[in-house]
Amino acid sequence: MHVHFLDPYRPRPSLVHSLDARVKFILTVAYILTCALTPLGAWPVFILLFSLVLAVEILSELGVRYVLKRSILAAPFVLAALPLIFTVPGSTLVRLPLGSAALNVTVEGVERLVSIAVKSWLSLQAAIIMSASMPFPDLLLAMRAVGMPRLLVAIIGLMWRYLFVLVDEALRLMRARAARSGFSDQEGLKSGGSLAWRARVTGGMAGSLFLRGFERSDRIYTAMLSRGYDGEVRSMPLPAITPSAWLTLLLGLLLLGLLLFLAFLL
Amino acid sequence: MWLSPVAMHIPDGFLSVTVAVGLWIISILVIAYSLRRVNKDLDERRIPLMGVLAAAIFAGQMLNFAVAGGTSGHLMGAAIATILLGPWAAILVMTTVVSIQALIFQDGGLLALGANIFNMGVIGVAVSYFVYRTLRRILGGQRWSVLVSGFATAWLSIEIAALAAGLQLALSGTSPANIAVPAMAGIHAVIGIGEGLITLGALSFLAATRPDLIEASEKSPPAGSLVWGVGLALALGLAVFSPLASSHPDGLEWVARQQGFLKNVQGPLYHVIPNYVFPGISNQAVATILAGILGTLLVFGVALGVAYLRRKRNARG
Repeated sequence: MHVHFLDPYRPRPSLVHSLDARVKFILTVAYILTCALTPLGAWPVFILLFSLVLAVEILSELGVRYVLKRSILAAPFVLAALPLIFTVPGSTLVRLPLGSAALNVTVEGVERLVSIAVKSWLSLQAAIIMSASMPFPDLLLAMRAVGMPRLLVAIIGLMWRYLFVLVDEALRLMRARAARSGFSDQEGLKSGGSLAWRARVTGGMAGSLFLRGFERSDRIYTAMLSRGYDGEVRSMPLPAITPSAWLTLLLGLLLLGLLLFLAFLL
Repeated sequence: MWLSPVAMHIPDGFLSVTVAVGLWIISILVIAYSLRRVNKDLDERRIPLMGVLAAAIFAGQMLNFAVAGGTSGHLMGAAIATILLGPWAAILVMTTVVSIQALIFQDGGLLALGANIFNMGVIGVAVSYFVYRTLRRILGGQRWSVLVSGFATAWLSIEIAALAAGLQLALSGTSPANIAVPAMAGIHAVIGIGEGLITLGALSFLAATRPDLIEASEKSPPAGSLVWGVGLALALGLAVFSPLASSHPDGLEWVARQQGFLKNVQGPLYHVIPNYVFPGISNQAVATILAGILGTLLVFGVALGVAYLRRKRNARG
């Protein structure tokens, strides 16, 4: 079994896919920043922001359902903000009797909770569209274009290259453990040993994964040396941004700026 | 969610812009300094090593073992990266892991990425370095001291990072301090045991097969005292400050209000346009109506554009 399913890139013949990676990256970050800056409870602006991301979703031909399905990923985190509906002071919406005391659900609290959840959900959709419409090398290009140091980009690139190799290794290790009775789906058949034993085995697996990483990196280094590596990370010059991409960038930023302006106006 | 066992990747929307941008700036400064330090070591072998170990940590986070009642022990990896690579390279490795998780797998937000790098990369590594160094020195050269130090390092790195995440949520007004901080601390006190046990197992495996790897990390440059100090300060600061903040019902806001600090910090960012009206229009009602019309036109324009582009594509295809 290989883990290519990990790669979220979904190639489609769409305009969103063909947009310059750097423009896409900047617009995504700008969109998320706009979501973050929009004040709590500015519902009309949230609706506009949602329709914007929805439009891009349709245009990207990824399928709205695909994006929405993945966007519930952060839902569990909303739990962290749940207590807000009780703690934010304001007018009472519902009273929950709790023994002798009572918990007051306030309008302001609910507004803040829902605003946070909506902001998070919209930001997540933008990020999903970006990663699904951009192959990884393009992302590296975008990182370099926004001024990320070359060494860091090189490390990220190497990590991506060997991610699948090492995840495959991890899956093999887990399969080997399962095959040696570390796991059993049969009723009444005790799998594995004590908790300490299970922890030690997992630790050994992690250790052997690191060891394989060390050994592999030695081989990679030798291979790099034999291809003329001299300690300097070099990269191809960035291609020029086309006028139409510039226009998209400009219009996108303008639109987001306008929405933000609206958010503070309302 | 199976890719992120540690409930510490803050998504977008949960941090206020002030907190997110502030932590971004701190993280960028730390990363830049780490890059300089790693470059100065002039060990070119390290570049592929950091890339591959980042991948190994990502893969290692998938390994788990059943604890009880459906929960399982997992690995975050800041501790073991610090022990094996030294603090500067470990910061870069954790930055890489957390960035890929955010950029590709949407584990944690992009605007919140600075905070996530700060928690797991900077705090995780600095605290790990401080605890490991100190314990190793106190316990001496025995073989078992590696294991004891490894467990303590892993547990504390998780716990302190979780406290920091809880405080950031509270500071953003996303979660009340008296709930967020104890909840994060409580959950991660348990998660940290899993982290500690796996780190312990991994270290004992490496000590048996490649003791040279662990010994090599002992000889890391002595200039690590800066990280040691930062680690100590972070560990102590967060350990002392968090209970303090969470003991008060509205802990952080209370502290902030006392200092008049919240207003100063949030002012410029939150109220860029205070009570703004359309330029030239002083009537609030007219301005609101205008805003409504403008908004509707915007949406209509976008929808029309999408429809047009779709039609053109369909006609072509």
